[in-house]
Amino acid sequence: MDFLTPPTWADALAIRAERPDAVPIAGGTDVMVELNFHRRRPGVLLDLTRIGDLTTWSLDGELLRIGAGVSYTRIIEELGDRLPGLAMAARTVGSPQIRNRGTLGGNLGSASPAGDGHPPLLAADAHVELASVRGTRLVPVDGFFTGPKRSVLAPDELIAAVWVRPADGPEQFSKIGTRNAMVIAVSSFSLALHPGRRAVGTGIGSAAPTPRRATDAELYAAGELPWDTLAALEPGVARRFGELVAEAASPIDDVRGTAAYRRHALAVLARRTLTWAWRDLCG
Amino acid sequence: MRVTCTVNGTSRTADDVWEGESLLYVLRERLGLPGSKNACEQGECGSCTVYLDGTAVCACLVAAGQAAGRDVRTVEGLAPEGDLDPVQRAFLQAGAVQCGFCTPGLIVSVHDLLARVPRPTDPQIREALAGNLCRCTGYEKIMDAVRLAAATASEPGAAAAGPDGAGSR
Ligand SMILES: Cc1cc2nc3c(=O)[nH]c(=O)nc-3n(C[C@H](O)[C@H](O)[C@H](O)COP(=O)(O)OP(=O)(O)OC[C@H]3O[C@@H](n4cnc5c(N)ncnc54)[C@H](O)[C@@H]3O)c2cc1C
Ligand code: FES
Ligand code: FES
Repeated sequence: MDFLTPPTWADALAIRAERPDAVPIAGGTDVMVELNFHRRRPGVLLDLTRIGDLTTWSLDGELLRIGAGVSYTRIIEELGDRLPGLAMAARTVGSPQIRNRGTLGGNLGSASPAGDGHPPLLAADAHVELASVRGTRLVPVDGFFTGPKRSVLAPDELIAAVWVRPADGPEQFSKIGTRNAMVIAVSSFSLALHPGRRAVGTGIGSAAPTPRRATDAELYAAGELPWDTLAALEPGVARRFGELVAEAASPIDDVRGTAAYRRHALAVLARRTLTWAWRDLCG
Repeated sequence: MRVTCTVNGTSRTADDVWEGESLLYVLRERLGLPGSKNACEQGECGSCTVYLDGTAVCACLVAAGQAAGRDVRTVEGLAPEGDLDPVQRAFLQAGAVQCGFCTPGLIVSVHDLLARVPRPTDPQIREALAGNLCRCTGYEKIMDAVRLAAATASEPGAAAAGPDGAGSR
């Protein structure tokens, strides 16, 4: 095995192009578990932690560009005001030690249906910046995942950054697990209200082969919410929204929960997060 | 491969390191620092917690090569040889150590917490220690130890205080 530590992004892309057997490693919180348990024996470990650009974020026009190597702890501390939904999700990841090390790029790289970073990125219409020696492309998050632990990331590509608009309305994230820390979601849900354009964003986690949006639920809520009057949310609207979110999922039975439970939980999470977010909006 | 990093203030070199090896293995098996414990090797238990460039991390999830040239501080390096850090002293005074396996990781996590939040609330303590598992104590004595360490640190005259604060004034 080789351990390569490219000092620059260009060097990393060159290695990635030349060595298809290279496994990128950022925070290592997924990769090292696989190595420690002999589940993976890559030809090359490609360490991304020396590339300064990857660990920076910036406001570029109206969009935030978050380097793939920014840790959850930094997302919470430095971006929590602008991306409250993503920060809420980040606070539920693992433990302080995992959040200090784990990155958004690594979460996308693993592409787990249960990755907690994904639902808020879906709800906020984020894009993923992928790069290779061939060039750079921007992929909408809802087109990034192709199956459990699979994505459109090509063998010669690396995840450079996530592009996302700062929240323009209330955001919420909620997750079901067996304890408050250190749990893989049984199911999770993210919601973003965009009062300016009267739209609603959603993201479902851990209840389908990939993280996904609940498009029918988004359109339903956008049409039914009393944007003009900012009147209290009708319980019937919140309930119907929950049903539509549950219908958008296609969960399975596994060790963490049954499909039926996941659907039920999602309906509850969706109803609650909409209620909280609408209350936030109305003040 | 060869890995050189600063460990507890001293430059240390390990040879014949396997490229997929963890920092935890290097510390324990190659550098003779068994303070950091190996229980799960998957980030779940926190018994391997060390500082990497001042940030608390699970050493079992850091690739050895990622630590090269960096600054590592383990439980062995929190206090000078023969002395104890106030957090270590508080754990002893509060009876927060039973089998002791979780203790080094907890000490580093608490040390990190108190450096960031000198007077943490109980929920802040629980949140900060969510990644450190203890199978013996039931955590109550650990909570006592953290409260004691915080009180001791913020009251300079109270260094000799007992677990209940008696003797501090
Ligand atoms: C104890 C524990 C608890 C956890 N709890 C949670 C949780 O609650 N929620 C959650 O979502 N996850 C959780 N995880 C999983 C993990 O922490 C996250 O998926 C994290 O975001 C991974 O980031 P990383 O930087 O550590 O990734 P790494 O382990 O370094 O990499 C993960 C994958 O992404 C690839 N990769 C990394 N960076 C790039 C890049 N820039 N370009 C292309 N590919 C890349 C790697 O090759 C690898 O396949 C937990 C893990 C542990 C060990
Ligand atoms: S041994 Fe590293 S967290 Fe358990
Ligand atoms: S004292 Fe035994 S595990 Fe904590």
